[in-house]
Amino acid sequence: MISWPNLVSQLFNGLALGALLALISSGLTIIYGTLGVLNLAHGAMFMIGGYAGFVTYQYTESFILAVIAGSLFVMLLGVVMERVIIRHFYHRPHEDQLLVTFGLGICFVELVRLIFSSQSQLVPPPALFQGITNLGFMFYPTYRLAVVGIVAVALGALFIILYRTRLGMIVRAGIEDSVMVDSLGINVYRVFMIVFGIGAMAAGFAGIVNAPVVSLTPGIGDDILVQTFVVVVIGGVGSFPGAILGGLIAGEIISVTSMFNPGYAYVMLFAAMTLVLVVRPHGLLGVPGRE
Amino acid sequence: MTDDLIRRGLSRRGLLQTTAGLIGGTVLPAMPAFAEDKPAIGSYPAGVSGSTAFIGISVPRTGTYAVQGEDELKGYQLAIEHINEGHELIKKISPKTSKGVLGKELKFGVADSAAKPNEAVQAQQRFISENKAIMITGGTSSAVAVALNKLAQREHVIFVCGISGSNDTTGKDCVRYGFRQNFFGQTAAAAIGPVMVKEFGKGKKAAYLTPDYTYGHTVTKSMQDFLASAGWTTVTNQVAPLGAPDYSSYLLNVANSGADVLINVNWGHDAVLSTQQAKQFGVLDKMKLVVPYQVPFIARETGGLMQGVYAATDYWWTIEDKFPLARMFNEAFEKKYGYKPEWGAENSYVSFAHWARMCEEAGSFNPPDVIKAYEKGETIPSLVGDVHYRPEDHQCIRPVIIVKGKQQKDMKNKEDWYDVVEIVPGEGLMQKPDAFGCHLGDYT
Repeated sequence: MISWPNLVSQLFNGLALGALLALISSGLTIIYGTLGVLNLAHGAMFMIGGYAGFVTYQYTESFILAVIAGSLFVMLLGVVMERVIIRHFYHRPHEDQLLVTFGLGICFVELVRLIFSSQSQLVPPPALFQGITNLGFMFYPTYRLAVVGIVAVALGALFIILYRTRLGMIVRAGIEDSVMVDSLGINVYRVFMIVFGIGAMAAGFAGIVNAPVVSLTPGIGDDILVQTFVVVVIGGVGSFPGAILGGLIAGEIISVTSMFNPGYAYVMLFAAMTLVLVVRPHGLLGVPGRE
Repeated sequence: MTDDLIRRGLSRRGLLQTTAGLIGGTVLPAMPAFAEDKPAIGSYPAGVSGSTAFIGISVPRTGTYAVQGEDELKGYQLAIEHINEGHELIKKISPKTSKGVLGKELKFGVADSAAKPNEAVQAQQRFISENKAIMITGGTSSAVAVALNKLAQREHVIFVCGISGSNDTTGKDCVRYGFRQNFFGQTAAAAIGPVMVKEFGKGKKAAYLTPDYTYGHTVTKSMQDFLASAGWTTVTNQVAPLGAPDYSSYLLNVANSGADVLINVNWGHDAVLSTQQAKQFGVLDKMKLVVPYQVPFIARETGGLMQGVYAATDYWWTIEDKFPLARMFNEAFEKKYGYKPEWGAENSYVSFAHWARMCEEAGSFNPPDVIKAYEKGETIPSLVGDVHYRPEDHQCIRPVIIVKGKQQKDMKNKEDWYDVVEIVPGEGLMQKPDAFGCHLGDYT
């Protein structure tokens, strides 16, 4: 289906897809950059955000309350997870960290499956954003357009927290040299807990914002986790701007490749990641030594 | 007692003979009557030397086909329960069944395949080597079915196929040890094609959403081949990986293709998600949707998007008005599980009932004998009327049911999703036995 209208449509869709990937990946990259923990339960937290929002929506029929509840619940879960489990793994090998977060992810998924079964659950978009919008060059789901705006605001808020607040300054300093931050008298563990909570909240927020686009199933986080890692690798591990850039690149690769041959969309994504790893191992906006 | 016998004048030789006789008299009756002179093959006779026979079940309980896998599992469990208790319904399908199969109580183990061939094969290999499984089952993904076909042939253990829509399962990847009850790409296309041509006309443009593995490719190919005879053309075929998290880019291609009809070959959650997103992108307002290989629970999960949509299926519960055995099955299933069975459960139940019948007919669990019982091709009962297995490719010749999604106002209850449009007899839907390159392989 190679044609100019289709190319423009796919470029635009890639932007929308990339925005969502950027938001999910930003949480993952902040946690890894600060704590040095590769959180394989990140996909499960994305999923739990969706389900927490779904439950809230069932009781309140308010999408805004669903978004707030989904985000806060996963933030709380992240804080508890960090204090009870992750904290004990900071000084252990990466393999142990991977295994414990992988195991936690499985537990979360199966717990949700136990409660909600594997059947899809629907969260409708808010009434304001239902239907399709005519953009002139294409018709596009109104809610997906709204998601681009919502994600832009969320990423903006994360940017302000990271680059315009004292907490953000400490976090960024922690990413560069956590030992030095500790020696300056700052309680690094408290910062770590907050960072884990914020990273988890980003996943939970993305989970509920994404819920009307897809239908919720317990395995939804597994599907997105792989893409999220690709985004982080392309953008640069620990780099917040890198997550945004990587997300947008990934979204465009998937979308545009599918115009030529959909069967190669994900192949091209992994090919791009491989290319980045060969040419620039620390990612497009990453810092050498952090990969 | 021994001293007494010797004191009574019994010689040492006589004692030994008596003892041997006693041992023989005690042991021989306990040996299986079917152990006969058959050579050991696969898990036979080791797997049935006691009072039980073990079945290895692998269904997807996680992943994109999890919902359908759970439904299949319920069908298997109900069948095993009915076989073990000698239920009236099982006796209708397998008249020689009393309790169990050949007097052996059926036991089973369940493994989550996640619709992945390697996981299914590993689990079944374990069931065969550790539990001496006398029969294995699995599918839902045709990739799994094909892999288990090969395992069954290699291990000489009978494989009764779960849901599998690929032409390859009883086509180029068929095996002597594998049997499939359910309908598949070729029969789906031959059954629903004429209905589509009648409903939408000739010379239409079709867009396809195809999952990227054997099921998707063969079903799409069968649909394309059939519809080409009515002048239909394919304007786009969007091939997506199993479990794709988003279909937006594929659906944009479909939206821009100028198609009249969208033929969604996706299955499981992939079908649910792609259908929902097709609605979001306005695709369903532009073109008609057809699901050639119906997905259990899709009507419920898409929240009404199947209204007015045609689909081909193995079974729909409202055929109970025509088929008494279907009514018996529906009642038993609903009583146990609290909802109307979908076709995954029906396929599971009937497949096991047919296997039990074949073992009883063969009078043995010996795999070559059971295979030959299937290959007699006798007409046997099922929940959709009389059927038979084709000896050349081990495919069950059975009707395909065409359904159309009901409007909400016409639904008589919350599970009354479809009208049955037509029950198409199976014989006329089948390809020639060698059309898909089936070579069954050896018995031993």
